[in-house]
Amino acid sequence: MKHPERLADSRRWFLWLVRGGMYAAAALTGLLTLFLVAYVLIQGIPNISWEFVSTKPSYLSGHIGILPDILNTVYIVIITLLIVIPLGAGAAVYLSEYAGNKRIVSVIEYAAEALSGIPSIIYGLVGMLMFADTIGTSLMAGGLTLAIMNLPTILRNTQESLKTVPQSYREGAFGLGAGKWRVVRTVVLPGCIDGILTGCILSVGRILGESAALLFTAGFAHALNGFVKGLGSAGATLTVALYVYAKEQGEFGVAFGIAAILLVLALCINLSAGAVTKYFQKKNAQ
Amino acid sequence: MKTKRNHLETLVHGIFLILGLVTVACVLLITAYLVVSGIPAIRKIGLVDFLFGSTWASTAAQPQYGILPFLLTSVCGTAGAIVLGVPVGFLTAVYLAKMAPQSVREIMGQAVSMLAGIPSVVYGLVGMMVLVPGIRKLFHVPDGASLLAAIVVLAIMILPSIIKMSVTALEAVPGEYEDASLALGATPEETWFRVSVPAAKSGIAAAVVLGVGRAIGEAMAVMMVAGNAANMPSLFQSVRFLTTAVASEMSYSSGLQRQALFSIALVLFLFIMLINAVLNFFLKGEKRP
Repeated sequence: MKHPERLADSRRWFLWLVRGGMYAAAALTGLLTLFLVAYVLIQGIPNISWEFVSTKPSYLSGHIGILPDILNTVYIVIITLLIVIPLGAGAAVYLSEYAGNKRIVSVIEYAAEALSGIPSIIYGLVGMLMFADTIGTSLMAGGLTLAIMNLPTILRNTQESLKTVPQSYREGAFGLGAGKWRVVRTVVLPGCIDGILTGCILSVGRILGESAALLFTAGFAHALNGFVKGLGSAGATLTVALYVYAKEQGEFGVAFGIAAILLVLALCINLSAGAVTKYFQKKNAQ
Repeated sequence: MKTKRNHLETLVHGIFLILGLVTVACVLLITAYLVVSGIPAIRKIGLVDFLFGSTWASTAAQPQYGILPFLLTSVCGTAGAIVLGVPVGFLTAVYLAKMAPQSVREIMGQAVSMLAGIPSVVYGLVGMMVLVPGIRKLFHVPDGASLLAAIVVLAIMILPSIIKMSVTALEAVPGEYEDASLALGATPEETWFRVSVPAAKSGIAAAVVLGVGRAIGEAMAVMMVAGNAANMPSLFQSVRFLTTAVASEMSYSSGLQRQALFSIALVLFLFIMLINAVLNFFLKGEKRP
C-alpha cells in the first residue's frame, strides 16, 4: 500500500479504482445523512413553538397545534408495549427455558422471521379487517396491530439476553430445590430485563416511525382525549399527522415541524439504545 | 403439597406455551385473512385478467381491474433502487468494515443508524420538497412526481439495511484468510475484494435480498413522491406501486373494488413470502461454512 508504484499497471488501476469507489460511496452515504438531518431541522425548527406543541388545531382560527397527535403517539406507544411485552418476552422464555421439542422451536422462530418481513401496509390492511372492523377505528385497534408487528423485535432481544444468563445460575437454583417456575421467576426473568428494555426502545422507535399500518386502523382525527377515551376513539399519531398535513392539506410548515420533532426523537432512541446495550454489556462482563 | 406444585408447574408451562404459539397464530391469521379476502375478487375478475390486464380503472362506469401496471412498476422500482443502492451500500460497507479508522467507523455507524431510524414519511416529505421539483427542473418534465423519484427515495431507504448486514458479514470473515492473502503479496484492497468479499458473499447476498424486501414493501414514502397514476412504468411518468395501489384507494373503496385491493395485497404478500424464502436460503448458507 505504501509503494503502489511498484505494482503492475493493472493492479495499480484496480487499487485506485476500488479505493476511489469506497471513498466516494462512504462520503455519499455520510453527506446524504447529513443533508437529510440538516434540511429537516432547518426547515422544521422555525415552525416549532410552545403554542405549536401545546394546543389543538382549530378550524375557526385556522391555527394548527399538534398536542393531540403527541398524546395519541404516547397512548399508542403505551398500549402497544403493554400488549407486546408479555407476548414477546413470554414466547422468548418458552423458547429458551421450556421448549423441549426442536420442531416447535423452529416453527416459532420461523413465524417470528416471517412477521418481521411483512410490510407495514399489509399489517395495516389485516389490522383493519381484524381489529378496526370489529372494535372500530381506534387507537386500540392501531395498538393491537402494532403489537403484532413488534412481536419479533421483543422476542428476539429477550431471547438474546436470556442466552447471557449463565447456565450455572439455573443449576444452582434447581440444586437448592426450586421448581421450574421459581427458577424462571427469580433467576431467568431478572436476567432478561436488559433484552426487554432494548427491545422496547427499538419498538418505540418503530412505532414512532410507523404510518402505513396506522392509517386504516387508528385513523387520522385530531381530537384531544384522555388515555381511556383516547384508546376508544380514532386518532392520528405524529407520523400519520405529518402525512395528512403534507399530502392532503399542503401544510408543509407544519409537516416539517413534526418531521424535525420525529428526527430528534429518532436520534434520542438511537443514542439510548446504544447506551443501554453498552451499559448491560459492561455489567454482564463483570 | 407435591401435587399442588406440579399443577402449578404444568399450568405455567402451558401459559408459556400459549405465549409462544401466539406468534405462530399471528402468521396463520394474517395469511388466512389475506387469502380469504383476496380470493373472491380474483375469481370474479379471472386470474389472467387480474394479473395481466394492463388497465386499472376501478371507478370507471365499466370498471377494469388489471394490475399489470402495478406489478411492473413494483418490479422496475425495486430493480432501480437495487441498481442505485447496492453499489453504494456495498462499497460503504467494505470501507467501514475493513478500511475506515475507528473514529470514522463510529461516526458512520451512528449516521447509518440515523438513516435507518428516519420515518418513511419524512423521506417522503423531503422527496416531495427537494427531489420532485429537482427532477422537474433537471429533466424539463411537466411533473417531477415519477418513477425516478420513487427509485431514488427507495435506494436511500434501503441503504442502511444493506450496509449494516454487509458489515456484519464482512467482519465475520476469519482474519486468517486475510492474513494468508496479504502474506502472499496481495495489496489490502485486493485482499478485501478478492478474499473477504467472496468469503462473505452469502451474507452480502442476504443483505441485497433484504433490501429488495424493504423496497417492495414500502408504501408511504413512495406514495408521496410517485404521483399515483396507474400508468405503465416509465422513468418520468407518474406511477403506482402495488403498495400504493392498496393505500391510495382503500379509504373510499367498496364492493368489488375493495375486494380487488385485498387481492393486490395478497399478491404483494406472496411476493414477500417468496423473498423471505430466498433470504432464508442465503442465511442458511451463511451458517454452513
